[in-house]
Amino acid sequence: MKKSVKKIQKILTILFFIFPGLFGLVMFKLYPIFASLFFSFTDYYVTLSPKWVGFENFKELFQDFLFLKSLQNTFWYFIGLVPIGLIVGIVLALLLVKDFKFISFFRAVMYLPSVVPIYAFAVVALNFFNPYLGFVNGILAKLGIPGPLWTSDERLVKLTLILIAQWGAGQQAMIFMAAMKDIPKELYESARIDGASKWQIFNKITLPLITPAILYYFITSSILALQFFELPQIMFGGGPNNASLSVAIYLYRHAFRYGNMGYASAMAWFIFLVSLLISLLYFKTSKKWVIYG
Amino acid sequence: MKTKKEIYDVIMRFLFLIIVTVVYMAPFFWMISTSLKPNYELYDFPPRLMPSRMDFSNYLKAVQRFPFFVYFRNSLIITGGAILGTLLSCPLVAYGLSILQWKGREIIFFLILSTIMLPNIVTLIPTFLIFRKLNMINTFWPLILPSFFGHPFYIFLIRQFLLTLPRDLFEAAKIDGASEFQIYLKVALPLIKPILLIVALFQFISSWNDYLGPLIYLMDEKKYPLALGLPQFLDRYGTLWNQMMAAATIAVIPTIIFFIFAQRYLLESIKFTGLKG
Repeated sequence: MKKSVKKIQKILTILFFIFPGLFGLVMFKLYPIFASLFFSFTDYYVTLSPKWVGFENFKELFQDFLFLKSLQNTFWYFIGLVPIGLIVGIVLALLLVKDFKFISFFRAVMYLPSVVPIYAFAVVALNFFNPYLGFVNGILAKLGIPGPLWTSDERLVKLTLILIAQWGAGQQAMIFMAAMKDIPKELYESARIDGASKWQIFNKITLPLITPAILYYFITSSILALQFFELPQIMFGGGPNNASLSVAIYLYRHAFRYGNMGYASAMAWFIFLVSLLISLLYFKTSKKWVIYG
Repeated sequence: MKTKKEIYDVIMRFLFLIIVTVVYMAPFFWMISTSLKPNYELYDFPPRLMPSRMDFSNYLKAVQRFPFFVYFRNSLIITGGAILGTLLSCPLVAYGLSILQWKGREIIFFLILSTIMLPNIVTLIPTFLIFRKLNMINTFWPLILPSFFGHPFYIFLIRQFLLTLPRDLFEAAKIDGASEFQIYLKVALPLIKPILLIVALFQFISSWNDYLGPLIYLMDEKKYPLALGLPQFLDRYGTLWNQMMAAATIAVIPTIIFFIFAQRYLLESIKFTGLKG
């Protein structure tokens, strides 16, 4: 008898501690995943109740010119943001990893833009890259180079956004830096004694030993790239001529401007499946390129 | 004695660092410079790097059009509420998932942790509909309440930290007859302060910088945080770039102050994340 009272007490104690986490998991993660899956098979206007339509939403998606356009744009964001962010992050980390005088100042400078709110940075960047009034073309003009129409040329606007996103590269640079600091010093010393060049040292020691951090970067940055929203929405509202329209912006419009919860849920699940597939691909191939030290 | 090559290396490194600094600071320099330009210098081509005279009246005009203090207060309420929720829930859950011993613990932890990889847009619509049912649209609640139910990444960080503490501490308190909650309050919480500070800083940044949340939940301008107030200025007065940049400067100042205070912890935070490769 006494034993079972104790057992119940123990269960209640455990529940007390983990309840918030369990509730959050069910209410804000598990339920929404399945609810949005269900909604994606329904015609669901926000003030009415959902009506089952089978695969109609998904069929419609692939005949929807704007969705296809947004998918294509998102593909380019992905292709641009993930590798360029990797290169910029690694270059910054290499520059900042060695400790010496004033290094904390330089690290702070590199990290500050990733802490500045994106809504403020977007507003500043819009003027910074303005073809006629902005800093970038102002400098180019002083050098006698006619600057491109960064923010108004349909063909360039995605590239402009990808460049602007690099001001946030301090985030991944920190992760790469931490991984680099963990590499044993002896490895570098013996390589130097063997007369290895800087490039060889980077290629044979640094790069392989930060691959776990790179795997983490690939997964997180890919998920973010697939949902690219703030910069193109605040700066261009998806324009000019839908050139910056991402799937996330198009989803936002359908869900929260037109109230088409079913159609928007189909988009959400489509992106979810793509992100699962990409994560799976990283994990599957990771055996071949990730080196756990 | 340093060799010639070493001196060359140091100079090259500094040169690169200075280039990086110029590039990373340029938008902020440009923001402040434009915010001080008189109207008639706004449309010069090529644009002036610096105004010929500083026109501080842009700030006054910006504040008149841009109710900074209302937005600031709203951002503060949302952020403060979310930090409170995070600090109440995450250490509690992390304790339950690390110090307490029970069957199925690892499965629950893994389930919670794996939701880090969930794209936000999958949960966005049903979550919105939950808050709509609860009549909480156009209130701060949808932006605050979820933090009272734990955040997977923060739970993970605190759990990792708890696992590094010697188990004897907890056993000893138990033998002294302390209840689990007392041990949590008196033994665990004081010891995990460093990681709680980091988690609070992360939550500050994520709430203060959140744009999508306020965008879908708040309609009433009086309830706007800075995240909605500033882009609205752009929509309305987008051609008045000097005032626009003055508003942006004002909006960024709290972040800069925060950063000066927090940068030491933020730059060291990576130590705790277990992402060291």
